[in-house]
Amino acid sequence: MKRTFAELGFPGRLIAVEGLDGSGKSTQVHLLKRWLEQQGCKVFFSEWNSSALVKSATSKGKKQNLLTPTTFSLIHATDFADRYERQLVPLLRAGYVVLCDRYIFTAFARDVVRGCPPDWVRGLYSFAALPDITFFFRADLEVSLARILDNRPVLKHHEAGMDLNLSTDPYESFRIFQGRIFEQYLAMSTEFGFTLVDANARIEEQQGLVRKMIRARIGLDRFTARPLV
Amino acid sequence: MRARTRTRTQAAPRRSAVVTHEPIVVVPSTTPKRFFGRGIPGEEVAKLNGKLIVVEGADGSGRSTQISRLVEWLEGTGHATLQVGLKRSTLVSEELEQAQHGNILSRTTLSLFYATDFADQMENAILPALRAGFMVLADRYIYTLMARDLVRGMDEPWLKNLYGIALVPDAVIYLDVSPEQLVQRVFAKNQALDYWESGMDLGLSRDMFDSFLKYQALMRDAFRRLQKTYGFAIVDGERPAGEVSDELKEKIEAVLAGR
Repeated sequence: MKRTFAELGFPGRLIAVEGLDGSGKSTQVHLLKRWLEQQGCKVFFSEWNSSALVKSATSKGKKQNLLTPTTFSLIHATDFADRYERQLVPLLRAGYVVLCDRYIFTAFARDVVRGCPPDWVRGLYSFAALPDITFFFRADLEVSLARILDNRPVLKHHEAGMDLNLSTDPYESFRIFQGRIFEQYLAMSTEFGFTLVDANARIEEQQGLVRKMIRARIGLDRFTARPLV
Repeated sequence: MRARTRTRTQAAPRRSAVVTHEPIVVVPSTTPKRFFGRGIPGEEVAKLNGKLIVVEGADGSGRSTQISRLVEWLEGTGHATLQVGLKRSTLVSEELEQAQHGNILSRTTLSLFYATDFADQMENAILPALRAGFMVLADRYIYTLMARDLVRGMDEPWLKNLYGIALVPDAVIYLDVSPEQLVQRVFAKNQALDYWESGMDLGLSRDMFDSFLKYQALMRDAFRRLQKTYGFAIVDGERPAGEVSDELKEKIEAVLAGR
């Protein structure tokens, strides 16, 4: 059974936020970061799919449509490993609070929807410890979809799940794809002890809950950068 | 000795008489294929008519010489061939090259990056060629990738799961050459040792020559360990190239005959 960073004896703590595109999780993690900084915490924010070197290959692959479910999965695992080994682990060793906008659960959900065997995907990420808290921002599927689709954005090929041949219409494809990811998240929720946040509620209400939960589960005093005088 | 030679010369005319009745190009028999693990989603192995032949070994073990001889022989006997190797994918080969130059990626990352490169070639080169009935010659395969990672302390079950996407080859030949021989062959060709082939990232020795010998000895051990699990052929690569290629041809003839 996988263990959390606290269970592994790391001085730092990792907080992950998960949810569909349009669930408002990025807004929440931004507000959370602000608050932690104002509390004087040593805090670091890390985003999914952001390691510099891997990014070049990922964007090339996506642009030129070179990615299959297997290579899509592997290239994101590479990106994650790069951030994990070079940023997350050293910062957690140094006693930081690390905020991750998406963590391994994003891969578990997406790659499985794309047809990769679940045990294979989980095996790829078995080197990663579990977050100390995982917030799952659960909005009604229609609400998330509306937040993204109301602006009629140009949906990227993979973002819309067009590689799955669900529909020739990118918007329809996006709806079906997001629906399937949502199901995967719900299925993992109990297994990994997600902390559910009602993402249909007001922004302040959600943030209040998140902060309360962090206070209760992680003693903040230990993470302040104040000099020991 | 002399008697045997005589028999052979006597037999020769009879054999050539038979040859005229045989088909000029022999169609290789199809044998069932499988993946090491779960494989590639949606891939039907029953449609893979070609053969996957892997040549493994360190730099300087004679891999490329042997592969070009095999290609010449196979094409000469009417088989279409495709050559693949590590770090040759359109998807990530450039980035992988860059990463190696800077030596900036940690071991899990590098391992996954190589796996991405491998998977891209598996899906876009190896499998389509096998479907089309080609003889695919792989200049190194997952065994080198696994051996490198094992030497660097990676978890074996993790690697096994990762490479569950790989197709089990029809033949795997490991060209075994001692580190002492390798170093001589590398110098004869390049006059300089390669950073990665010397395992300099492992900190075995600050002296590159010592590091090369130590690293190649570790790699040789890792290959022997993998051989026990995967059962590939270890071929003595220290003999003259012609002798080695005769042995390889024999092994591949058996593969073509479905043995």
